Amino acid sequence: MDQIRESLLKTSVATKKERFGKTITMAALILIGLVVISIFYFVASKGLATFFTDKINFWDFMTGKTWNPSTNGSNGKPQVGALPMITGSFMITVLSAIVATPFAIGTAIFMTEISPKYGAKILQPVIELLVGIPSVVYGFIGLTVVVPFIRSIFGGSGFGVLSGTVVLFVMILPTVTSMTVDTLRSVPQYYRESALAIGATQWQAIYKVILRAATPGILTAIVFGMARAFGEALAVQMVVGNAAIMPQNLTSPASTLTSILTMGIGNTVMGSMQNDVLWTLALILLVMSLIFNIIIRLIGKKGELK
Amino acid sequence: MKRSWLAMVGTVLIIGGYLGYTYTTRQKTNSGTQITAVGSTALQPLVEAVGEEFASKNLGVYVNVQGGGTGTGLSQVQEGAVTLGNSDLFAEEKQGIDAKKLTDHKVAVVGITPIVNKGVGIKKLTQTQLIKIFTGKITNWQQVGGKNLKITLLNRASGSGTRAVFEKWALNGAESAPAPEQDSSGMVRSIVATTPGAISYLAFSYADKTVQTVKIDGVAPTIANVTTNKWKIWAYEHIYTKGKVNGTVKKFITYLQSRHVQNTVVPQLGYISIHDMQVERSANGTITKR
Repeated sequence: MDQIRESLLKTSVATKKERFGKTITMAALILIGLVVISIFYFVASKGLATFFTDKINFWDFMTGKTWNPSTNGSNGKPQVGALPMITGSFMITVLSAIVATPFAIGTAIFMTEISPKYGAKILQPVIELLVGIPSVVYGFIGLTVVVPFIRSIFGGSGFGVLSGTVVLFVMILPTVTSMTVDTLRSVPQYYRESALAIGATQWQAIYKVILRAATPGILTAIVFGMARAFGEALAVQMVVGNAAIMPQNLTSPASTLTSILTMGIGNTVMGSMQNDVLWTLALILLVMSLIFNIIIRLIGKKGELK
Repeated sequence: MKRSWLAMVGTVLIIGGYLGYTYTTRQKTNSGTQITAVGSTALQPLVEAVGEEFASKNLGVYVNVQGGGTGTGLSQVQEGAVTLGNSDLFAEEKQGIDAKKLTDHKVAVVGITPIVNKGVGIKKLTQTQLIKIFTGKITNWQQVGGKNLKITLLNRASGSGTRAVFEKWALNGAESAPAPEQDSSGMVRSIVATTPGAISYLAFSYADKTVQTVKIDGVAPTIANVTTNKWKIWAYEHIYTKGKVNGTVKKFITYLQSRHVQNTVVPQLGYISIHDMQVERSANGTITKR
C-alpha cells in the first residue's frame, strides 16, 4: 500500500524529464529574446541620440537632401539629410523586386507545373547554389562586368541605381524563386485535377487556378526578397557609387542606407554626432525590416486558403 | 535512458572543463605582452610588419593589429580598449576626441597625389584648377587643356584620413563636391584606371602605372619633394596611446621610430621615413625646419 502511495505522490522520472526539457527550451527562448531586445535597445538608444542629444530635427533628418555630417550648413546645424540614402535604398529595392518577380514566377512555374522532373534535378540545385554565393562575389562580378557594361551603353561612370538593381536582381532571384516554388507545391493537388477535369488547358489551370491560390505565398516571397535587397550592403556598395546625392537618373551615382553606413562607421568616433547619425541610419534599416516582417505576417493572415 | 544522462553530464563536464581551462590560462597570454593596435588601414601594413619583427626579437610578445579606420582607432584608444590607436590624422583634427588625454607618436609620413585616368591627357594642373575641379566648378577636361571629356570625381569616404589630408592641403580646406565615394585605396585606383575622365587621389605607395599622377604648380609628387615640403599634400601616420607609456609598449614604439626600421621596412612599404623629413608640421599646420 505504502509503495503504491509513494509512487503516486513522487514525481515520476518522465515528469522530471519533461520539466527539464521545458526548462531548456524556455532558457533558449529567453536567451534569444534577450539578444533581440538588447540589439533593439542598443541601436535605438544610439540612433535616437541624434535627435535627443545632438538636437537634430527629425524631419530635417528624414527630408534633408545634403549629407555631410562633418560640416555645418548655412543654418549652423550639421548637414545630415538622409533622404538621398533612403530614396536610393527604396529605388534599388523596389526596382530589383520588379525585375526579379516575373523571372522568379516563371522559373517556379516551370519547376513545379511544367517540368517537375527537370526542376528537381537541374534547376533546384542551381538555385540553391545561387543562394549560397557570398555577396562579395556578386559585388565583384557587378564591379567588373555590370558596371563597365552599363557605362558602355548609357555613358557616365556606370555606377548607380541601375547597376545596383542588376546585381540585387540576381541576388534576390533565388530567394524569391525557391519560396515561390514552395508555395506552388503547397497548392492542393485536387485544384489542378479539378481544373483539368472541367476542361481547362494546363496554361488555364496555372493562370486561373494555381497562381490565384498561390498569390499570398508569392507576395510573401517578393517581400522576403525585398527585405533581403534592402539590407544588402557589400555588393550594393561596390556598384552603386556611394555618392550621397539624390539620384537624378538610374545611371547617376547614388547611395543606399547600408553603403553609407558601412563606409562611414570606421571613420567616426563612438559617441560623436557623426557616429550617432550613422546609428540612426541603422535604426531606419531595423525599423524597415520590422515593417517588412509585419507585411509578411499580414499577407499570411489575410491570404490563408479557406 | 541512463546513457543519455551520462552523455549529457559528460558534455557539460567537457565544455565546463574547456572554459575553465581557457579561463585559467587566459592570464598568461594577456599578461602585458600582447599589444593590440586598432585603426587606420593605411598604417596597418607597417605596424603589422614591424610588429612581427618585434615579436620575433622579443619572445612572448605578440602584436595584434586590426583595421577599422582612424575614427575607430582613436575612440578605442581613448576608451582604453586597446593599447595603440593608429591614425592618419592628428587627434586634434578628429571631432569627438580629447587630444589632451592621448600621446602622439609619429611613425611615418605618407605623400598623397592626385591621380587621373590615363585617357584625359593631363599631366599637370595648377592648385587653383585642382580646387575648381574638386568643387565642381570645372566639369570638362577641355577647360584645363585636356581632351573633351566629362570629369568624373571620385572621393574617399567622408571622414577618411586620406580625404581629410587631401582636402586640407590640396584643396586649401575646401570641401569636395558630392561625388561617388570608395572606402579603400585599391578600389579608388582600379576605378580611376578604368573609368574615362576620372580623377581622385591616392597615397604614393598605391599609385602605379595604371593611373596618371599629376604635377601641381610644377611640383612633382616625389618623396624628395615631400621631405622638403615642396609637395604639400602629405601627412604623418600617428600611433596614439592613452597617456604616457612604458615597458614593452614603449619599447615597441621606440623600435618603430628607430633608424633601422625607418630605413628598411618603412620605405619598402611605400611610406616615407620620419628621419628623412627636413621640416616638421604641427597639428595646426605650422611648418618648422628641423
